[in-house]
Amino acid sequence: MIIEFGHFALILALLVAVVQVVLPMAGASLKDERMMRVAEPAAVSQFILLAIAFVALMHAYVTSDFSVANVAENSHSTKPLIYKMAGVWGNHEGSMLLWVLILALFGAAVALFGTNLPPTLRARVLSVQASIAVAFLLFSILTSNPFLRLVPAPSDGRGLNPILQDPALAFHPPFLYTGYVGFSIAFSFAIAALIEGRIDAAWARWVRPWTLAAWMFLTIGISMGSWWAYYELGWGGWWFWDPVENASFMPWLAGTALLHSALVMEKREALKVWTVLLAILTFSLSLMGTFIVRSGVLTSVHSFAVDPARGVFILAILILFTGGGLALFALRASEMQTGGIFQPISREGSLVLNNLLLVTATATVLVGTLYPMALEGLTGEKISVGPPFFDSTFGPLMIPLLLALPIGPMLAWKRGDLAGVMQRLAFAVLAAIIAIVATYAVGHRGPWLAPFGIGLGVYVMMGAIAEWASRIKLAQAPVSESIRRARNLPRSAYGTLLAHFGVGMLVVGIIATSAYREEHILVMKPGQTLSVAGYDVKFAGFESGRGPNYREDFADFDVARSGASIGRLRPSKRLYDAPPQPTTEAGIHASWRGDLYLVIGDSQPDGGYAVRAYFNPLVRFIWLGTLIMFLGGGISLSDRRLRIGVPAGRGRRAIAVPAE
Amino acid sequence: MRRLFTVAIFAMALVANAAGVLAVQPGEMLSDPALEKRARTISSELRCLVCQNESIDDSDAPLAADLRRLVRERLVAQDSDAQVIDYVVARYGEFVLLRPRFQLSTLLLWLTPILVFIAGLTLAARAAARPKAAPSAALSEDEKAKLSKILSGDQS
Repeated sequence: MIIEFGHFALILALLVAVVQVVLPMAGASLKDERMMRVAEPAAVSQFILLAIAFVALMHAYVTSDFSVANVAENSHSTKPLIYKMAGVWGNHEGSMLLWVLILALFGAAVALFGTNLPPTLRARVLSVQASIAVAFLLFSILTSNPFLRLVPAPSDGRGLNPILQDPALAFHPPFLYTGYVGFSIAFSFAIAALIEGRIDAAWARWVRPWTLAAWMFLTIGISMGSWWAYYELGWGGWWFWDPVENASFMPWLAGTALLHSALVMEKREALKVWTVLLAILTFSLSLMGTFIVRSGVLTSVHSFAVDPARGVFILAILILFTGGGLALFALRASEMQTGGIFQPISREGSLVLNNLLLVTATATVLVGTLYPMALEGLTGEKISVGPPFFDSTFGPLMIPLLLALPIGPMLAWKRGDLAGVMQRLAFAVLAAIIAIVATYAVGHRGPWLAPFGIGLGVYVMMGAIAEWASRIKLAQAPVSESIRRARNLPRSAYGTLLAHFGVGMLVVGIIATSAYREEHILVMKPGQTLSVAGYDVKFAGFESGRGPNYREDFADFDVARSGASIGRLRPSKRLYDAPPQPTTEAGIHASWRGDLYLVIGDSQPDGGYAVRAYFNPLVRFIWLGTLIMFLGGGISLSDRRLRIGVPAGRGRRAIAVPAE
Repeated sequence: MRRLFTVAIFAMALVANAAGVLAVQPGEMLSDPALEKRARTISSELRCLVCQNESIDDSDAPLAADLRRLVRERLVAQDSDAQVIDYVVARYGEFVLLRPRFQLSTLLLWLTPILVFIAGLTLAARAAARPKAAPSAALSEDEKAKLSKILSGDQS
């Protein structure tokens, strides 16, 4: 019964969304306030209806109602509760329901908190947002309905793929979707502004908090997925340039560019046309990502052919919104005024460079991801585009971006003084040189370029601090004056500091772990000891056990460092009951220095076991860096000038800030 | 973010091979560390043909193991890295290369970064060179407020 309520709520949400598309848009054109005012209650009720549908499906998962086809195919009665709940979005139909729920959540948030928006703009934004909802609700109801019943109901379900039964992965999709669906708001604002034909700095101020929120969640969502891959897939890798990863990385890159260009638009009224285009492109890449992941085009060309309805449907949505958005842009962009003249060497100039490099990187990832499919489709020629390609194209693009990163925020608007900035960055450059020399001294066996990579990361980290130090006149003014300035610095400045510092940490982590990883592959017998990066790892024995829904074989390793015991690591192999699938669980000892990472393999004829032991230096910096970027976004979002509802200009302080 | 599909689907396909969870097996490795290191580098450039976007170095599919052995056999037979790769390509086609060769059909792929960057730079330069339109005469309330702030020096 509850499932039928959910099904009904889903259909009702579609009808509400249709109303929300039509009436507010018509009202905004006719200047009819009553019609425009339909948008808010419609947005809120659309969200409530989808929340009901979502809870209904979750109820079916929690109670293991196998008369629901979706539950029977993806859940199992013995699964732990948390994975029953996470199972809702661990499959195609359920994840599309989550997708539309988050879409509606953003719409409802604009309806509730966007009270300072001009009424026509708000009506149009909500109307555009609802049009996306209509498309995806139709997709869900017509091709991917999670509420279909199964008669007769099976006695138990087929189970959730074991490698997905993991806490980080359970909560990874909601974060990721909040990120990529969140960019829909930037898209809706862009389309609404193009329809209005008026766009100004205030527009950028309204769009930025939404974009920032989406960016934060996408950052942490991607990071969680990468962390999961690192500890779950069992070979210590953390990024694979897999098309599914690229699908979420492209909107992240474009969204990062959008955050920065919206900043220029808000402060200087420049880059208006470009920012609107970028808002359209960013969400288009989110749709592209949804298409890549959800159509089945990746898994194989065959799965697309087995269920062409889904692939073709999402492709149609992608073409409709991207094509429609770009066509509208082409029609209206020329009418928009550009403003804000600036020299190449200026804050604006540096942000243009940021956008240029980020967009080039996005295009590289996009072409690299789609090229094999396109080439096969056009000529029948089969090629692969894998990590080596991305490493050698994407990597070099990041070097100038990182070099310019600390310089940009220190340049003045309009016309900057590069020599002066370099002077203030002397500290960061010095720190980088020390890091390079120290890395050469310690890690002599790595590639010769690697120390420069570490130096680059340190330079970005210290550059972020140098910018803060120069703003509060650290060591240039009395301490009391510096403290006063540090207190008065807006939160957005601290957000920038953290986000940029996090980027530096990320770079250090990536280079250190890629260039200086230590790896041992060998056969060990119980009682033998292996020495890895200063750790003594003793194979103590083998033991079997049982988890809630799997059988597990543990290998016990006693780890010591310079004679002192650190503890026991228990890498294991699991065999799940349903579906019967093996997984490896790595044994990881984490420290600031890096992770000791052990994986157990097959038993060998001579009584030993295959063992893989890694030491991944500074690998935690990768996720710590992204966490700091996320926190930076959050602190920036809490800045009152960005907070929605505060009249423009009130929170403005005497110090100019690159709010971010 | 992951090879959710990749790993999930191929892991399921490999249930029969339930015990295999390591890629490079200790028994496959060459005793000469320099040769083994070259083998690993080459392996990371070659695709596991039955997997999605996994190199033979990362994959535990039986076919990947065969290819790893093949690479090592060629290295032991004194082939250079390029010869080993050519040998594998001759047998399995260009599809096996994770880094596609620079040739006519991949021209656009390899040139994308440069072309996009140059196009962007040109657009930016042209936009900068274009004379700016005079701002519209009528200012909105918001703009007036902002103007007064700027004039009063509130915004540095």
